[in-house]
Parts: sequence; structure tokens; C-alpha cells
Amino acid sequence: MAFILTEEQKLIQALAREFAEKEVEPIAIKVDLDGIYPDETMKKLAQIDLTAIPYPCEYGGGGADYVSYALVIEEISKVCASTGVVLACHTLAQSPILQFGTPEQKAKFLPMLTSYNMLGGFALTEAGAGTDAGAVATTAVLDGDHYVINGTKSWITNGDRAGIVVLMARTGTGEGTKGISAFIVEKSVSPFTVGKHEDKMGVRGSHTTELIFKNCRVPKENLLGKIGEGFKVAMASLDGGRIGIAAQALGIAQACLDESIRYSKERKQFGRPLASNQAIQWMIADMAKDVMASRMLVYNAASLKDNGMPFSMEAAVAKLFCSETAMKHSIKAIQIHGGYGYVRGSKVERLLRDAKITEIYEGTSEVQRMVISANLLR
Amino acid sequence: MSYFLTEEQELMRGIAREFAKCEIAPVAKQLDVTGEFPWDWIKKCAELNFLGVSIPEEYGGAGADCLSECVIIEEIAKESGSLALIIDAHTSLGCMPLLFEGTEEQKQKYLVPAAKGEKLMSFGLTEPGAGSDAGGTKTTAVLDGDEWVINGSKCWITNIGAADTYIITAKTDPEKGNRGISAFIIEKGTPGFEVGKFEKKMGLNNSATGELFFRNCRIPKENLIGKLNKGFPLFLKGLDEGRIAISAMAVGMAQGALDRAVAYAKERVQFGRPISQFQAIAFYLAEMAMQIEVARTMLYRVAKMRDEGLPYTKEAAMLKLFSSEMCCWVCDKAVQIHGGNGYSREFDVERFMRDAKLLTIGEGTSEVCKLVISGHVLA
Repeated sequence: MAFILTEEQKLIQALAREFAEKEVEPIAIKVDLDGIYPDETMKKLAQIDLTAIPYPCEYGGGGADYVSYALVIEEISKVCASTGVVLACHTLAQSPILQFGTPEQKAKFLPMLTSYNMLGGFALTEAGAGTDAGAVATTAVLDGDHYVINGTKSWITNGDRAGIVVLMARTGTGEGTKGISAFIVEKSVSPFTVGKHEDKMGVRGSHTTELIFKNCRVPKENLLGKIGEGFKVAMASLDGGRIGIAAQALGIAQACLDESIRYSKERKQFGRPLASNQAIQWMIADMAKDVMASRMLVYNAASLKDNGMPFSMEAAVAKLFCSETAMKHSIKAIQIHGGYGYVRGSKVERLLRDAKITEIYEGTSEVQRMVISANLLR
Repeated sequence: MSYFLTEEQELMRGIAREFAKCEIAPVAKQLDVTGEFPWDWIKKCAELNFLGVSIPEEYGGAGADCLSECVIIEEIAKESGSLALIIDAHTSLGCMPLLFEGTEEQKQKYLVPAAKGEKLMSFGLTEPGAGSDAGGTKTTAVLDGDEWVINGSKCWITNIGAADTYIITAKTDPEKGNRGISAFIIEKGTPGFEVGKFEKKMGLNNSATGELFFRNCRIPKENLIGKLNKGFPLFLKGLDEGRIAISAMAVGMAQGALDRAVAYAKERVQFGRPISQFQAIAFYLAEMAMQIEVARTMLYRVAKMRDEGLPYTKEAAMLKLFSSEMCCWVCDKAVQIHGGNGYSREFDVERFMRDAKLLTIGEGTSEVCKLVISGHVLA
């Protein structure tokens, strides 16, 4: 089965590729080394309608499909995985509002996000609730017209800049996953503070922080979905989010392949290009094989979602395979570059540090294996 | 593993462990961030005679064997890969060529202060165009009266700046490829010799790595080490030594990562129980422990072969290949077990993973090791 992109998808891919090469690649090293949040890039992405690609035009979205969204994340991540995850997380934050929001909530919040007037964040993880997302300890207690939120979220992408955060908090006495509800928290209306910034191995242009909620009062009408439905909201969003991270990992892996091909043809040792060594040729063949398989998995999962079919397991498989591919081959890409691949400022050095997080966030590889096996063994 | 070790070696391990725990561990994280050269550690190492473990006592060393050196490097690497690398570059690569081929005068002048830890050594082989292909050396040495005139540049040299004495290779017969290379001693501060830019690396941030430049740098005729045009076999012998030391580093770093992963897995609770109680995590730990045990057994065996004067080039290449790849894998898994926390510089495993990657590159890449092994297998 060949996966053939439509004309529209090809146009979006070309647009994203041109943008990535012209606007993102020249600053990618600086974004990483200095940990700069790519605000200007995000503004420019908003101008060409790429900050809310798979969402309806009526809310200011791009009106395209999920395959197109994956194509854009792939192209951006090929040159800068930090920008890739900022965009993926911003897009992820909009998804639960679209899926579970009331017409009023959608009309109010989505345009602010689709236009990038505000950056979105998704706040589920806590110090004690990582893989075990049901262990959320942050509480939301109804007090008149407001929910009062108390607790600390950790590892929140876009945390320091997010104006709107979709937050999971415990509202009831229900055990584990059943007592969690989702909220839309608008920082200007319901102030919260930014805690510790994580000093990360990679994706250093994306800011990852704690969010601290101390008697943070959120209007009652900002409850997202039904009370006690928060875990469902979170998981539905993460299914889609996994396609985004799979696409990010795919972009990283493709970049590893591109860099390895370029360098091995250029670099001479023993009087001939590295590429003339069979050991190097086979490394590159294996890379290409895994990159192609990754691409098919990403587009397949996105296409299932676009067609309204179940895609949770396919998204987990894609995320698992793509992230492990990115990790495996970024190591190989450095190996091909030798010492030159070990210095800060070399692209493959950054690709390895960036690749590692794709095995951890949006559900670790272990979580993906739990999802996949649970689908098969139930 | 005490099965392999004498009482004296166990004693040395104890001293090294104590040093690593008390002196290195408390500041290793901070020093990784600043990237400074760890002079305090070096001074302590000199006091403990760790900078000349396997150098004979008559030349200022501790007079111990290679296996003892491995045990010490292993313990240090559990806390700091950077310091282990500094010691490796100083001892195995820097001191050994002098011990093997140096004249008595050269030994007294350069080896004694190095083994005592008064002066640091550095070894310069790699050049921009001569990485895995060491025979591609472009730096030249031309005899002019009583002096050698050195021209060229080196890159990826460990201990630059910090070192006082540099052992470098240069072409003395440009027509002859590998058979036209000789080794020389160059002192810091010699006119025409400059230390270039320091590389900012993925890891091993406390080891100074970078370029050396020689512009009509004149050194005394007697600074040639060993015979003219015989530098290639000499540094290959040094690299064999280095491969054992790098492997000791790999075993130590992997053990350090495993210890941290075990502690974290027992402590971290998800789904109401420590994650160590999940079979997948427990099996990761089992496999990590097994891989380390295999590498350590191999390490001690090859060190013993070297100590008993047996040929060990093939075994050193196998050991280096296996243990460096093993170390990368173990450190990666240690990060994975730590989840998001492992991706943060706050947790040591993040540093271990970045440090580990150098091991499959330095002192002969994995590919060079395979060249050596296949060369032996097919001979």
C-alpha cells in the first residue's frame, strides 16, 4: 500500500519545507545553544496559518487535515526540534477545547490560540504523576461561581509563556482516573505562577517549567467536558498528540539520514570518502529503512484519525517506533561524524540530545508498550 | 569480582571509591555545568599517586599494574567521566610512550614529574584530516641543525592548556605514509607552539579538548622519542593501553548509571508501587547488570594479559568496542528509567548519557576497532 499525498497536502508540505529552510534553520543552532524560545518563528507560522493546522477555519484554524499537520511538524523538526515541539504542544492544547468544549468555550478560546495571540499549554504531569497520569494530586474545589485550584504541575512545555492552559485536576472523591476533571485556565483571568525551569539535555528552545496554582480561581464555566471526565479528555488529546511527537521524531530521523549522507560523501579518510566503506553504506541503508517505515506509520495513524477511525493503537505504535528510530539513528549519525559529531554546534550532536526526549514525553516508550499490549490482550 | 583482584588491588579500589565519593561526587554536577578544568581533583589525585599508578616507582609512579589502574579509573568514572578521561590521556597516552621508548634523560625530565602528578601530559595524534586514518598525518618535523622544526596542527587533543608536556606525532618522511611518522616531546610555552580553541562538547565538559598549532616551532633534537620514523608502532602501542583505560571508564560509568537507576527505580512510585516492581523495569536493570558484568570480566582479563606481557591488541579492540557500546546503551536505559527527570541536568544520568557517547568515538572509533578485530580474524 503506497501512501500518496494529495495535492493539497503536498502544497502544505512544500510551504512548511520552504519556511523551515528559510526561517527556522538559520537560527536553529542559536535557539538550542542559548535556549531561546522561538517567538518570532511562531508569529511567522501564525501569519501563514500553520499554528492550528488541523482545526476548522471557523475558529481561525488552518482547515487542513491531520496528515498535513504531521507533514508540517516533520518539516519543522527536520531543522529544529525545539520549534517542532513548541508548535506541537501549542496545537495539542487546542485539541481538547475543540473536542470537548461548549460552543461558547470554542468561540471564546480557540481564536486566541489559533491566531497565536496566546500560546497554549497542556498541564497534566505532576511530580508524582508521570506515567501514572491517574495519580494527579492537584485539586479543584467548587466555591460559588469558581473552581479553586491548588497544586503544582511539572514538566509543562511552553509553561512560562502559555496564556491558556488546559489543566487536569482532581474534583471528586472518585478513585484514580475517575475523579479528574479538565479546565481551561486563562492566565490573565486566573493567575498562576511559573516555578522551576528545567535545564534539559535537549529541545532547549522549548521552555519546560513547573506551574504553581495557589488558590487559583477559575470561572465555573471553564470546566472542560463533564465533571469527572478529565482523564478521558487528557487521553483523547494525547492520542492525537502522539502523532505530533511521532512526526517530530520522524523529522529528527530524516535529518540524521540527510546529514549522514552528506557528511559520508564529503569526509575523506584513507584517501576515499567515508561513503565508500561498506560498513557506512549499510548504516545508511538501515537508517533509510527505518525512516521510511516511520513515515508510513505516522501518515497511517494521521489518516485513520482524519477518517474518523480508531487510531489510538496506531498512534502508540507510530510514536514508539519513530522515537526509537530517531534515538537509534541519531547515535549512528554521530558515529559517522566521529569527533565532529560530538561538538556543540554540530547538527547531529543536537539531533541526539533532541531525539532522546521523544522516547520520554507524550507517554514514554514504556507507556506506548502498555497501550499497545493492552489493545491486544484485552 | 574480587576473584580477579589481589588484596592490594581491593585496597586501592577502596581508596579510589572513598576519593570519588568524598571529593568528586559532591561537586561533579556543578562542575559539569561550568565546564572548568578540575584542578582540585587533579591535586588530590597527585597526592594519592593516581596520576602514575602503573608507572614504576623508580620513575615516580606507584609501581602497580594495569589492572590496579583499571580499578582506580573504574571507581573515578562512577562519579566523573571527565576526570577518568583526563587521567587516561595523561597516563596511558601521555606517559606510556616515554616509558616504552624514552631515553633515561627524557624519563627523568618528563616522566618523573608526570608520574608524580606535578605536571600533566597530553598526547597529540589526531588532525583535521587524520582521524581514524592516523596515517594521514600532515604535521611535519624537519631537522635543522640541532633542532626539529615542527609545522602543522592537531585537533581533538585531550588535556590541552592544562598539560605541561605534549607528545605529538609528525611526518619525518612525507614519502613513506605510516612508516614516515615520528613522535616528539614539546613543552608548553615553546615559541611557535600555541593552544587553539577549546571544543564545546556534548559531554565530558571538564576535560579540555581542542586544537594545537605549530608554526616553525623549534625543539631540541633530543626530543625525538624512540627511533626516527618509528612513531606509528609506538603510538599504536599507546592506543592499546588507552583502549584498556577507556574500557575501565566505560565499565565505571555504566556501573554508576546502573546504581543510580536501581536507587531511582526503588524510590519512584507510579501506579501505587515502586517502578522496580514492574517487570519491564526490573528486566532492564537485569540486562544492564549483565552487560556490565560481561564487560568488567573482559576488562580484567585483558588487563591481566597486558600485565603478563601477552599480546593483547585484538583483545583490547574487542574490549573497547564492547564496553563503549555497552556503556552508551546502559546510560541511555538509565535515563529512560528516570523518565523526564533523566532528561534534566538535575539528575546525574543525564550527564552520564552525554559523557558516554564519546567512548565509541575517542581512542579509535567503534569502526576502527572493527578494522583491528577483522584484520586479526582474517590474518
